[in-house]
Amino acid sequence: MIPVEFDYVKATSIDQALAALKSGGEDSKIISGGQSLLPVLRLRMAEPSVLVDCGGIDEMLGVRDDGDSITIGAATTHHGVMSNSLVQKHALLLAQATATVADPAIRHRGTTGGALAHADPASDIPAAALALDTSFVIAGPGGRRTVAAKDFFLDYFTTAVGPDEILVSFSIPKCDWGSSYSKFNRTAQAWAIVGVAAVVNVQGGVIKEARIGLTNMAPTAVRASTVEAALVGASSPADITAAAMHAADGTRATSDLHAQADYREHLARVITARAVRAASGI
Amino acid sequence: MAHISVKVDGTSYQGEVEPRKLLVHWLREDIGRVGTVVGCDTSNCGACTVLLNGRSVKSCSVLAVQADGCEVTTIQGLADGNDWHPVQTAFKECHGLQCGYCTPGMVMAAVDLLSENPTPSESEIREGLEGNLCRCTGYHNIVKSVSYAADLMSAGPAKGAK
Ligand SMILES: Cc1cc2nc3c(=O)[nH]c(=O)nc-3n(C[C@H](O)[C@H](O)[C@H](O)COP(=O)(O)OP(=O)(O)OC[C@H]3O[C@@H](n4cnc5c(N)ncnc54)[C@H](O)[C@@H]3O)c2cc1C
Ligand code: FES
Ligand code: FES
Repeated sequence: MIPVEFDYVKATSIDQALAALKSGGEDSKIISGGQSLLPVLRLRMAEPSVLVDCGGIDEMLGVRDDGDSITIGAATTHHGVMSNSLVQKHALLLAQATATVADPAIRHRGTTGGALAHADPASDIPAAALALDTSFVIAGPGGRRTVAAKDFFLDYFTTAVGPDEILVSFSIPKCDWGSSYSKFNRTAQAWAIVGVAAVVNVQGGVIKEARIGLTNMAPTAVRASTVEAALVGASSPADITAAAMHAADGTRATSDLHAQADYREHLARVITARAVRAASGI
Repeated sequence: MAHISVKVDGTSYQGEVEPRKLLVHWLREDIGRVGTVVGCDTSNCGACTVLLNGRSVKSCSVLAVQADGCEVTTIQGLADGNDWHPVQTAFKECHGLQCGYCTPGMVMAAVDLLSENPTPSESEIREGLEGNLCRCTGYHNIVKSVSYAADLMSAGPAKGAK
């Protein structure tokens, strides 16, 4: 189908984009890669009056080294993120999760920041961002602020980014722990039924610390804190399996045409053990 | 209306478009590039795949205004005069199509895949084409075609493939 009529503003700076969002009023919307928004517009599930294109704002493109962390412009494409050498070296988990998103053509257009701002509970990127302790830079009419990962994802398709604000970039503390993103889906190109993002610090064959994010187990991506605590000191596959039995604790999995909630809970336990074993090499 | 200027298959086009116009509709309706087809409403099928500045995209999921200032290659821009692109030759030789509806997109996705990975394994071909659906072939001959195209392109001087 054809989307409803709207005005289009190609922004070249954050200030210009913020001004365009403001003058467009409450029906104005940002478009970055358009890979979530355009399908929605084509189905006429959204009817914005103005689209403000942030895909060409220099400050929002590319990856830079900030010493202890790397900073990724929100409008960097999935393909740009997964093939970037800084990401591969210092935030491998993000590259691993991004490589499972959709298909190559969608990864050439869709942006990693767009996926984070969109906050689909089935998206692979938020769980990886949680496990990597990402922080987010948001620009709005009142200036810029930085939001920690734990305060960023609020509800289904809802983040700390307000309607008159823009996600500019996100920063990831450099992490050289072992990592794995394990995604369970039934067909090529499909969204995760459940996904598990794991980074694990192993020393002398013993897990010292682990951070685990779950995809599609709640209205937002969540950390599997009970598993993280239970993994400390683990040194065998049996230890990992026992810790992973807590993966569904405190989650709020839903039932839909892809899976029942109890099946998702089962998958979370199985996939968490797989992801931790792959990440830790144990 | 917005003014756009886009180079398509080597020719520059200027035009006035409604911002809501999808790139695939602009290609088909405004400049007559009907080789690129639409197969779905959900960005899933890949029938509409073209190269935008050299990389594969689904032209149903890009606005024409977003292509302003860019270069687009469609299935109609692959051949060099009467000389087919090796991927086109390979699809013919290996019978990589039945009804042919998915073919324009399959071929463009294959061209993009081979530009990044000139010697893909069978599983890399299957992964690389995961955004393109075929309702006829069962994919086996498509995979064979791409593999044969890789052989053709590594044997001869790589021609046309961006
Ligand atoms: C067939 C298909 C399969 C897919 N499969 C997967 C998958 O397996 N896993 C997965 O994670 N994703 C998947 N996706 C979604 C993909 O990751 C999208 O690219 C991503 O969700 C959105 O990024 P975008 O740049 O395209 O955002 P857009 O579509 O441009 O925008 C999406 C939303 O975010 C807002 N937004 C965008 N950028 C910003 C910003 N900088 N600041 C504030 N708000 C912003 C927009 O206003 C809009 O509401 C799939 C998409 C399709 C079409
Ligand atoms: S028409 Fe199906 S993906 Fe574009
Ligand atoms: S040949 Fe008919 S859809 Fe692929």
